[in-house]
Amino acid sequence: MQWIGYPALIAAAVTILFAIPLRLFGLTLPEPVWPMVLAFAWPLIRPSMLAPVVLFGLGLFLDFFWGGKAGMWALNLLLIYGAILLASKYLAGQATIVLFALYVASTGLAFAVAYFVTRGSLGNAPNLLAIMGQMIPTLLLFPLAGWLIERFDDADVRFR
Amino acid sequence: MAFRDGPFENLKVPLAWTAAVMVVGGIVAAIMLLLADRPPPSVDDLQPAQAAFDTAAGTTGGVLAAPVRWTGDAVDFVKGYFFAVSENRRLRRELAEMSAWRDDALALKNLNARYEQLLGLQTEPPIEMTAGRAITDARGPFARSRLLNVGAAKGVRVGNPVLSEHGLVGRIAGAAGGYSRMVLLTDVASRIPVMVERTDARAMLTGDGSRSPRLDYVRGQGSVQDGDRILTSGDGGGFPRGLPVGVVAKGVDGSWRVKLYSDRTAIDYVRVLLFQDFGQLADQNALNAPPLSSLKTAPPPTAAQAAAIQDVATRRAAAVKAAADRVRAANAAPPPVPTATPLEAATQPAAPAAGTPDGGRE
Repeated sequence: MQWIGYPALIAAAVTILFAIPLRLFGLTLPEPVWPMVLAFAWPLIRPSMLAPVVLFGLGLFLDFFWGGKAGMWALNLLLIYGAILLASKYLAGQATIVLFALYVASTGLAFAVAYFVTRGSLGNAPNLLAIMGQMIPTLLLFPLAGWLIERFDDADVRFR
Repeated sequence: MAFRDGPFENLKVPLAWTAAVMVVGGIVAAIMLLLADRPPPSVDDLQPAQAAFDTAAGTTGGVLAAPVRWTGDAVDFVKGYFFAVSENRRLRRELAEMSAWRDDALALKNLNARYEQLLGLQTEPPIEMTAGRAITDARGPFARSRLLNVGAAKGVRVGNPVLSEHGLVGRIAGAAGGYSRMVLLTDVASRIPVMVERTDARAMLTGDGSRSPRLDYVRGQGSVQDGDRILTSGDGGGFPRGLPVGVVAKGVDGSWRVKLYSDRTAIDYVRVLLFQDFGQLADQNALNAPPLSSLKTAPPPTAAQAAAIQDVATRRAAAVKAAADRVRAANAAPPPVPTATPLEAATQPAAPAAGTPDGGRE
């Protein structure tokens, strides 16, 4: 519960909070994909049967809350979780800069999949600048992923 | 016997493998959801899951948005207090400009009414509207929508246009009881038929997730230039004609884009036009019915009517039979021998027709 339940609830709550129609000096709040932090950090902490289920639920939550296509963010988050899970054996104990590079790559993969799913289903490609407008705030959340890994990773080899 | 004391005592399931199985199962489920995500059969209904979710999110979002709204009102109050003088000057200047426009508008309105009367034009009826407030705001590149606190209970239906105080904002994509979801003009799924006010050229306003939607399929050479006003064209019947949308500008990618009027300030309070598009106005059952299905059959005759009908039918049949018998008898008789002189024959009236000795009278 401590490393899956609370972070998932916090991610959902913060997503709702950042969706408030607030506008100050012509600027709106950013809209990062908060559960991306969890999809990246959870497989590096330890494998779990519960984590993919929670990620699936968070993905559906994003789809319904933002009014997008049902299943798109669930697919993206699980793809990231699966990719990191496959590579987690080799990523244990790596430097932070390596983890950040991997976080950038996995976020890029998620947005690329979202781009092609949207383009394929609607026949209209989303604007690349607009995609960067959501991707950059998501990348800035990496310190949270790093903190989560350091806080809960017990380096127990039985989980590898 | 406890589980760990049984034959499965030494059975160990690798966590990584079970997690991988769950991931694969989740990915398959997500793909199936994506493939199954189609618009509902009835355009007035949201998908039940989306409707339930929007109702819950609307309640939560309303609570969270309230302090923001109060803060905004307080800031506006303070700004109004401190900038009252400059605001007063600006409003006086604007009022002076508007006075001339008002006189022009009144003259044109009068002239337009006379033209309409002369031509017998059927103008669009006034459209009812309901006011609401945006509660949550999705601003991502893949979905740009807002949740409004007015829904089907106030007559909001799918397809209704939504306006802010500055211009068109979007259209309703789904309505639950007390809440509805509005897709913004900037959403990647949004397509609105528009026209250039200066040249009357038609185009399609296509959202792509950025703040300024694209103008596609612009008809005519040189029909668009920087600064042109864009209005809804009303083509297709989805929107009323003439709703203000924005101003044309050249995008960084070289395409024509529209700076939306509604983007000038935060979209807080909105008006939902309860406009019925052609699809909603037409009765689909009546359109698809066979051509004569609306005609009703006569009620069955009473006994007296049936007897009278039978009597008339019998008389007619007897008359027809008698006429046929006379024709047969006339055909069987030898033709008459002409005995009169040509002069007498010329002065006599014409002989009755063959086979009708009584001159064809019955």
